[in-house]
Parts: sequence; C-alpha cells; structure tokens
Amino acid sequence: MSEVEFIEVLSNEEIDLIEEAASHVPDRPSAAIEALQIVQEKRGWISDQSIGAIARLLGMSAAELDSIATFYNLIFRQPVGRHVVMVCDSVSCYVMGCDNLRVAVEDSIGVKPGETTADDRFTLLPIVCLGACDRAPAMMIDDQLFGPVKADDLPGILEQFE
Amino acid sequence: MSVELKPLTGRIDDVGGLVSLEAYREAGGYEAARRALTEMTPGEVQEIVKEANLRGRGGAGFPTGVKWSFVPDVEGRKYLVCNGDEMEPGTFKDRYLLEYDPHLLVEGMLIASYAIGADQAYVFLRGEYHEPYRQLDAAIRAAREAGLLGDGIFGTSYALSLDIHRSGGRYICGEETALLNALEGKRANPRTKPPFPPASGAWGRPTIVNNIETLCNVPGILSHGAEWYQDLGIGEDSGTKLYGVSGRVNNPGLWELPIGTTIREIIEVHAGGMMEGYRLRGILPGGASTDFLVEEHLDLPMDYGSIQAAGSRMGTGTMILMDDSVCPVGISLNLQHFFAQESCGFCTPCREGLPWLEQVLADIEAGRGEPGDLELLDKNAAFIGAPGNTFCLHATGAIEPLQSALKYFREDFEEHLATGRCKYRDVMPVQESAG
Ligand SMILES: Cc1cc2nc3c(=O)[nH]c(=O)nc-3n(C[C@H](O)[C@H](O)[C@H](O)COP(=O)(O)O)c2cc1C
Ligand code: SF4
Ligand code: FES
Repeated sequence: MSEVEFIEVLSNEEIDLIEEAASHVPDRPSAAIEALQIVQEKRGWISDQSIGAIARLLGMSAAELDSIATFYNLIFRQPVGRHVVMVCDSVSCYVMGCDNLRVAVEDSIGVKPGETTADDRFTLLPIVCLGACDRAPAMMIDDQLFGPVKADDLPGILEQFE
Repeated sequence: MSVELKPLTGRIDDVGGLVSLEAYREAGGYEAARRALTEMTPGEVQEIVKEANLRGRGGAGFPTGVKWSFVPDVEGRKYLVCNGDEMEPGTFKDRYLLEYDPHLLVEGMLIASYAIGADQAYVFLRGEYHEPYRQLDAAIRAAREAGLLGDGIFGTSYALSLDIHRSGGRYICGEETALLNALEGKRANPRTKPPFPPASGAWGRPTIVNNIETLCNVPGILSHGAEWYQDLGIGEDSGTKLYGVSGRVNNPGLWELPIGTTIREIIEVHAGGMMEGYRLRGILPGGASTDFLVEEHLDLPMDYGSIQAAGSRMGTGTMILMDDSVCPVGISLNLQHFFAQESCGFCTPCREGLPWLEQVLADIEAGRGEPGDLELLDKNAAFIGAPGNTFCLHATGAIEPLQSALKYFREDFEEHLATGRCKYRDVMPVQESAG
C-alpha cells in the first residue's frame, strides 16, 4: 500500500486530534499512546490496520508502535464488546469480597474474564485497584465507576448499558 | 478558617463539593501563585518549601524543596511532571483532590514550575481516572481562559503550558523513570539511575516528578509560611496528610489530619472502628507494597520515621485492614498475583521470581503445599526483594507484604501445610480465581 492509503484509514477527525496531541510533545512518536487512545475511543479497539496507519502518521515503524500498544493493558488489540466491564481484583476489594462479585457478574452476563458476550454487548476484564477502595468491592463499566457493589445491585447497573 | 487547619481539603468542606474557579479564588486561591511569581525569586520559593520540610507524598518521602534544588541552572527546556498514576492498591487519595479541588493542583504546579524554571508541565494521569480527568481538564481550561496559565502570567514574563497525559495502564508507570518513558510514548520500563530525573528526565531534559498530594501542599506553604506548615504536624514531620482506611470498618474513607496522628485514632475515631463481629489482624499502612503491621503497632504515629522504625513504610498513607475473616495466605496470594502481573519484565528476579512466589502461594492456599515451602519462600523472597538485585523498587515493594505476612501470620501458613486446607474458606467460601 502507498503512504496515502495508509493514512486514509484514519478519519480526518482522528488525524486532527492526533496532530493536536503531537503538538504538545517535542517529537511525533512521543504522541504514540495518545494516538492509540484517540483511535480506540472512536473504534473501540486497535486493529493491525490502525497500527499501520498511526505509525505512518507519527513517523515510526508499525512493529515499534505495536510493541508499545501491547505493553499497555488499556489499549485493546482485539475487538471488545460495546461495553467493557472491569471488576477490581486488588487487595481492598479482595478483603471485601471481589471474588464473589466477579462470579456474580460472570453469572449475570454469562462470560468469563477475557471473554465477550455473543451479542457483543459486554466484555469482562479483570482490573487492578480502581482507586475506589473505600467503596470496595468496586467495578467500572466504560467510564463509570460503581461501588460498593452488592450482587443484588447488578441487574440495575447492567441494564444502564445497552 | 478550615483552610488554615486543612489546607488540602478545607475548601472542599466549606463549599460542600467541587470547588469551582470562582469559589477557589474567593477562598484566596491563586494568591499564593501571584505572590510567588510577582514578589519572589524561584530560589526563594524553593527555600520556603525546603524550610517547611514538605516531604513527597507519593510514597518515598523525599524532601520536596531539596529535590527541586537539584535542577541545574541551565538554559533550555525544563519540565515539571505530576505523578497522578495512583495505582498502588489500596490508595484513593489523589483521586479525591482532583475530583473536588483541581485548581489546588493547578496552582501548586504553577508555583512548582516557576520554582524550578519549567515552562512546560504535564499531569501523568492514570487512564481509569475518568471523572478526575474531566475535572482537571475543565480546571486547566478555566485557568487558561483566566490567564493563570499560558503567556505572561500575572503580568510577568513567565509562561507555562500545562497538559494532561492519560496513561495506557500498568502499575509500573508510577515509578518515576518508567513514567517518563510512558510520557515519551514508549514502553514503561524503568531507566537506569543515575542520571536522576532532575539532571536528565523527560526527553533528556531536567525534570522534577512530584506526586499530586505533594504539589497540592505547595500553595498553602506559600500562603501561610514554613513555620505554620511545620506546626500543622504532630511529631517530627510537617503538614497534614490525607489518611485513608479501607477494609471492614464502619466508615471507610479519607481524612486530612495532622501528620503524625496515630493509627489507632485513624481507625477507631475516623473510620469508626471495626465492623461488629470482626477483629483487626493486620494493617498494610500505606498501600499494597508496605509491610504488614499488627495490633501492637496501633499507637504508632503515622509518620515517615515511626512507621519505618516499626519495619514498614508510611507509603501513600492509605491503609488496608485485614480482619479475622480474611485468610493471610489468600491475601498474600492476591498481593503477589498483582505484583507478578504488573512486573514490567525487564529483569529476571522480578519477571521470573514473582510468578514463582505466586505459584507457591497458590499451591499452599489450595492445600498442595509441601514441607519446606515456607523456608523456600523466606529465602527466595529475601533474594528477590534485596535492593540491588533488581532494576527498580517494584520487586522490593512486592516482597515487603509477603515477608511480613510470613512473620506475623506464620501459624496460618503452617496450618495450611499441616491440614491441606484453608479454614477461612470453610467459613466464607471464596471462588477459585479465574485469572
Ligand atoms: C513500582 C512503583 C510504583 C509507583 N507508583 C507511584 C504512583 O502511582 N504515584 C506516585 O506519586 N508515586 C509512585 N511511585 C513513587 C515515584 O517513583 C516517585 O517517588 C514519586 O512520584 C515522587 O514524588 P514525591 O516526591 O512527590 O512523592 C512509585 C514507585 C514505584 C517503585
Ligand atoms: S524490578 Fe520488576 S518492574 Fe522493576 S525493572 Fe525489574 S522487572 Fe521491571
Ligand atoms: S482495591 Fe479495589 S478499588 Fe482499590
């Protein structure tokens, strides 16, 4: 593929946002993580095609960008559902029963951690301490934080996310 | 009034929630920055922070003014980077400051940047912090519009631009040199020290990295003076501290108290004591990477020196309580799972050693332990945790709660080995971890 085609994978809006991010750092590759986040925000995840396009735009190799993308757990290199459910599994939540909460979530949506529901509605992921330990056990769906969550609260919480 | 006793959270109490730019300025906000920029030299600002004896609230307690003075007097770009990664399990203090009083951080960063001669500052914010991001982003925009950031601040020739970097995740990003690599858009492996960041940090330029709570202490010091700040503390340390408690207490939460308040007062008075039917067994005083303390330590003041003398660290000052329904082996396994997963993989004792520890603990917990396992854990933990055997302090931090658990709760480990089962599970069934 030619250079132009690579860049055309990104929308004008994405390119503008990435250029804006790149203007806040001394060199373009330094905006790599922001760029990945910008594209993920629009598309839900980062495909190989996106890696190629972002790398080209920032003037770095796709392999280098991929090794960065795979380092960070909030960059998804695989498709995820419309909503990402993250149940905290760190120490304060452990003390307050996060294992039971995770099982209740698994039972409610019918998938195990790392899996996506058949209707693409939810992906369940483990997450480290959400900084909400006074509200343990805590969980996050997309950008919303919940806690303390009792198994009984789950249906009401989940139904907010179609 | 309350701001003079509680410089970090008093405004939030007065307003009863989020402090807007107007409310912040009405309470005297940005006047400390105005005075610093218009009436003081950068050296004078450093001096007053040094004299106040402000120590880093990110965990290590390094004197902030002293750190600032390491920035060399050279031409060209310098950076202030605020460490807002807050990924130490059990820690939820920086989130509170950002969600309710983001201008306090902006003003603290403005003063600190001026003091070290930085014209570009970044807040490195953990990616899961959505609400803190929204509030901080709004505050930075409002400050820019009001001329409190940008060119010619307060009619001086000083200019500062302040941007937020949202992290892509991973605990190691909180280690200051790993953080700088992440800020530069690279993988977050720690860097060799020396050179230390004040000499060569972000993009090879002089850089100061400070925690959110640390920087939020700066405006108060400039407003009320070093002596006032020293007098806020009870013992040797100065100022107030955001203390937190999580676990089975009646009122888990966060309180700004004089630094040096006893653990007992924090737990019994502020957190309302243990829930009925539960007894306190262990305390991780300052996050997951600090050694357990036990009941006999309750009357210790929560300050850097006292907690260190007891064999632990004040760390982030947000404590996690282990009650008598929690299995010490299970909690140790949970902690080692975290540290093993979050190893950046750069050096062998950490990359290979922590998963090994996790596996041995998992075996003991599942009743598959063998005689000699505990001695093996002791020996290998000591090796992995010894500073110098690994590249950064991640491995050391991982070992601290394990060694102390093996010391204080050894009978629980021995009972698992002897009986091949976990008595806590019989009481409170816990599911096998799916991870
Ligand atoms: C593995 C590891 C994780 C860390 N995480 C954080 C963190 O999330 N936030 C923080 O402020 N400091 C963290 N630190 C400490 C920083 O390296 C650094 O000491 C601190 O940001 C300096 O700021 P201060 O002097 O204001 O405390 C961490 C250190 C290590 C070794
Ligand atoms: S001690 Fe662990 S986290 Fe630190 S550099 Fe080595 S492998 Fe990475
Ligand atoms: S340990 Fe779960 S939110 Fe902190």
